[in-house]
Amino acid sequence: MQSDSMADRFIGKSIPRKEGRAKVTGRALYVDDMVMPGMLYGATVRSPVARGRIRGIRYAQGIPWDEFTIVTAQDIPGKNCVALMLNDQPCLADQVVNHAEEPVVLLAHPDRYLLEEARRAVELDIEPLPAVFTIDESLARQQVVWGEDNIFKSFLVESGDVESAWGHAHLIVEGEYETGAQEQLYIEPQGMIATFTAEQGLTVWGSMQCPYYVHRALMTLLDLPVNQVRVIQTETGGGFGGKEEYPSMIAGHAALLARKSGKPVKIVYDRMEDMAATTKRHPSRTRHRTAVTREGKLLAMDIEFVVDGGAYATLSPVVLSRGTIHAAGPYFCPNVRIRSQAVATNFPPHGAFRGFGAPQSIFALERQMDQVAKVLGLAPEELRRRNFVKQGETLAVGQVVREKVDMAGLMERALELSDYYAKRKRFAEENPRREVKKGIGLASFLHGAGFTGSGERYLASLVGAEATPEGRVRVLAASTEMGQGTMTVFSQIAAEALGVDYDMIEIVQPDTAVVPNSGPTVASRTCMVVGKLVESAVLGIRQQLLSSGLLPERYTSEQFRQACRQFIENHGALKSSSEYSAPPGVYWDDDKYRGDAYGAYAWAVYVAEVSVDLTTYEIRVDDFVAVQEVGRVINPVLATGQIEGGVAQGIGFALYENVVWQEGQMVNSQMTNYIMPTSADLPPIRVFFEEVPYAHGPGGAKGIGELPIDGPAPAIVNAIENAGGVNVNRIPVTPEVLMEALEGVHA
Amino acid sequence: MRSYLPAYDMRVPLELDEALETMARAPGEWKPFAGGTDLMVLLEQGKLAHRKFLSVARLKGLYGFALTDDHVTLGAMITYRQVQATAILQQEFPLLCRAAYETGGIATQNRGTLGGNIANASPAADSPPALLVYDAELELVSARGARWVPYAGFHLDYKKLDMRPEEVIRNIRLPRTKKNWRQHYRKVGTRRAQAISKVCFAGAALVDGGEINDVRIALGSVAPTVLRCRKTEALLRGSLTTEMVRAACDELAREIQPIDDFRSTARYRTRVAQKLLAEFLLGLIAPPAGDRA
Amino acid sequence: MPEVRKVAVSFAVNGEPRTVEAYPMARLLDVLRQDLLLTGTKEGCGEGECGACSVLIDGELVNSCLVPVAQAEGSRITTIEGIAGETLHAVQEAFVECGGAQCGICTPGMVLAAVTLVGRQSAQPTEDDIRNGLAGNLCRCTGYMRIFEAVLQACEKSVGAGA
Repeated sequence: MQSDSMADRFIGKSIPRKEGRAKVTGRALYVDDMVMPGMLYGATVRSPVARGRIRGIRYAQGIPWDEFTIVTAQDIPGKNCVALMLNDQPCLADQVVNHAEEPVVLLAHPDRYLLEEARRAVELDIEPLPAVFTIDESLARQQVVWGEDNIFKSFLVESGDVESAWGHAHLIVEGEYETGAQEQLYIEPQGMIATFTAEQGLTVWGSMQCPYYVHRALMTLLDLPVNQVRVIQTETGGGFGGKEEYPSMIAGHAALLARKSGKPVKIVYDRMEDMAATTKRHPSRTRHRTAVTREGKLLAMDIEFVVDGGAYATLSPVVLSRGTIHAAGPYFCPNVRIRSQAVATNFPPHGAFRGFGAPQSIFALERQMDQVAKVLGLAPEELRRRNFVKQGETLAVGQVVREKVDMAGLMERALELSDYYAKRKRFAEENPRREVKKGIGLASFLHGAGFTGSGERYLASLVGAEATPEGRVRVLAASTEMGQGTMTVFSQIAAEALGVDYDMIEIVQPDTAVVPNSGPTVASRTCMVVGKLVESAVLGIRQQLLSSGLLPERYTSEQFRQACRQFIENHGALKSSSEYSAPPGVYWDDDKYRGDAYGAYAWAVYVAEVSVDLTTYEIRVDDFVAVQEVGRVINPVLATGQIEGGVAQGIGFALYENVVWQEGQMVNSQMTNYIMPTSADLPPIRVFFEEVPYAHGPGGAKGIGELPIDGPAPAIVNAIENAGGVNVNRIPVTPEVLMEALEGVHA
Repeated sequence: MRSYLPAYDMRVPLELDEALETMARAPGEWKPFAGGTDLMVLLEQGKLAHRKFLSVARLKGLYGFALTDDHVTLGAMITYRQVQATAILQQEFPLLCRAAYETGGIATQNRGTLGGNIANASPAADSPPALLVYDAELELVSARGARWVPYAGFHLDYKKLDMRPEEVIRNIRLPRTKKNWRQHYRKVGTRRAQAISKVCFAGAALVDGGEINDVRIALGSVAPTVLRCRKTEALLRGSLTTEMVRAACDELAREIQPIDDFRSTARYRTRVAQKLLAEFLLGLIAPPAGDRA
Repeated sequence: MPEVRKVAVSFAVNGEPRTVEAYPMARLLDVLRQDLLLTGTKEGCGEGECGACSVLIDGELVNSCLVPVAQAEGSRITTIEGIAGETLHAVQEAFVECGGAQCGICTPGMVLAAVTLVGRQSAQPTEDDIRNGLAGNLCRCTGYMRIFEAVLQACEKSVGAGA
């Protein structure tokens, strides 16, 4: 970065990633790259059955068991739970198991090969109990596997009066839609290292999104005070939600082994264990009943949305909440009812995954919109155009859209960029002659940034800033870098606010002994919510310098440095902090489940073009256009990369990624058999931003991370229907699924 | 790593004679280990049952190459990358090059060998259907001598080979008889690259004046072994008719024995195998180099 | 349990002669990471699928998780630590500039795969060449688009520099 002029601007510039050089040279340190003196390796013995009563644990002969540290539920000093929301999930199963792969025994040993032999030599004697594996079985309550009724959470959204609307409808269209589990498949598996001493307490290092979640879980599990637990995030090789809640589990395991052995313990999962045992996206089923007028206006939407939460609650209540709120989409409809439930089954708990319930309910809605259009004889884009919510109108949960929004404009741009109209016409002409049919489809959607409902108010996030004697500004936040660009974007926001060189900003490694709790790194909140706090925290530094008279109103980076140095000489330290407060007028009523569900929404229209090969039933996405309005774009290259990556995951969700279950166990828990897209499978992903600055985001930015996974699946399946005339309502649309659907039609 | 590594041994001889003698001393004690692209995966998963391996990847005697008027002879340790780069194979044996190109990513193609692929005997392997179509022969060698066997018939059953435990595959010989045949290869995997096949089809036909004079059909991933479909072939003689295509597709469905597994279903495999056969046959009456689309 | 002895295996790593004592079927990946402390080579799957453990053996791209160390005797191994000289390699430079790295865990392997593409092609590779050349290296963050751009940019620079 050159020149010390105040005219330097960082927001809106594609500044290279702050830790980019460390990553391209292999110097970035991930948890498995760390070794500690005397370190043991830890392993987890897991339940082979989905539900049962533990009768005994046997340690087979031939293993020098006296060399091993062995931990069971009886060794837990605090509360045996992974503290999160309902605290229902044990850290180690005790007496009963509720899902396959549930952890029961922990082992540690310095020899990792012997450790594997030992893991195989622990025999769990479990008396199987009947288990529940479908949403319907869970709702029927033939087996109650959780609480009193298998229901983790339910919500009701009501606006207008759906029941009275049916009689006025020109048409009523019903549909049912299903989405499958999806593995986050971060390329770095879960891992933690823990050390424990009586004097210093517990320290863990590891791959995670939310250091303070881990911190609280460890305090609860080990019954330790705040200052006896320290959690440090190491370089994190992808998270996508998969490292939101699960790290608390593996950190707890490493901590228990470290406490019992008195030695550092590392647990790093291999891919099979990671895929089989950790959380996945909630499978879902959505039923729609939609009433429309003769003019193609939405009159009523009755939506039942159910997600499969797996064996324990984890984050299901909030996943359900986001999915529920997004279920009615970016449309205005006078009468809406959404009934939603998160139910228990005996799968490993499903958990956070980018989008957090919204991709599921949006898939259903956007497929339903195409069905409604078909029945009405309208083009899909025309039905949407007639129903998009406009500024000043109200969304289903009663939130008035105060921001400027132009969904019709976004859609026109997307249709133009994808050459939609001409292609639709051409494909219709050419398809009858082709063995490989072509289709084009779209999805229009919104995604709320930040925690749902009152989440941000309760969280009351904190960010700190401090100047160093060298005149650098350190940003202290618990928000983690996991590839999405936190360090770079925070640096840009801070440099912009201060008007100093980008290189003068330092983002402190998240360490609960050092940084305040800026909340979890989830929910597309880091840039918009925490970034705003970064901005105000560093402005606090500047304000102190201005007030002290050490800094003139207009200054260079060098003058800023000198002022910091002088201030610290005079006062000992220069610090500032900032705490979240809701933007004016934003209010959510928890009891009524109504109000401003999110501070701001990102808006988008995606268009997918596909080929459907009727020889092999393979579907290929040939082109993908993603147009979105996300407020001001802080770093175009990083933002584009976020969208492209999200779209790629969305394409996987739509076509390839199929978790195959057998008796509650994932049987394709290998990268060879769980299919994510390679570089040869993806189309050009063409990303376009409309920028409408958001008044309460840093530099005008809103959230971006989750948005791109909402749109691809419905756009692609709509395109498949356009290509082949077949109505597929469950994803992933594997060739086998498509074949069955087509044979159903043509048989 | 789920295996107990200290239990696994490997020797890396550099001369073929030395390797063969080791294998002859106690047949079955030492098993050949080539590029490791499959065996190392089993080791990682704790599923590698055999414990003593003899690396054959560096044996100079397994790297031969010979071209005569009648044959191309490839050393068993030719890698997939080398297959793709070999001019005579590009010209006369395109299905083999295509299969090599579609096997794994570049890193796998640099390590995986044709001989290893044959001996590993996966029914889902990509090259064997092409080798069957080309009437490949294998040279098996042991300390006692060498013998040539036709590749068709080499796979007796799932992972069961017509080979003695002290033998290794030294050469793969391809008769140069298919140059003027119409050839077709299509792998249907779980994705476009780096995929294990769900159905893999290789076909070749000698067509003259619209008449089929001779034909080879082989498939992967539809039976316990890669399969040459002789009964289906037998129906394909003379001028191609719609009835003949239909009869061949019906026969094919009887000849293959696909299963349901976590990669696909028997129904899908059967249907797609039939469609690939039809695609191949209809391509024979279409002008050459016709576009599928 | 039958115990096999560790064996001495010698090879050159990033130009330096090295000898390790290892179980003969130890994965080259583990030897590099644990014995030689070259932790830039990553493990993503352990089954040759993701390419995070890519290294070059005698100039050829391989998955180090699938190479028993005994087979590496006498070879020349290049890891990510051996790619940059005084300055970054053109591929690394382009990855930083174009946004080719996000979480960074696939990046070392991806960079090595890209280096073989850039170094080997006399002409500019097409996007198809790049797509196929990188298909053995899985990335979950980027959707690969920024990576393609980085490789193209690195090729242009290499050609421009007469490399």
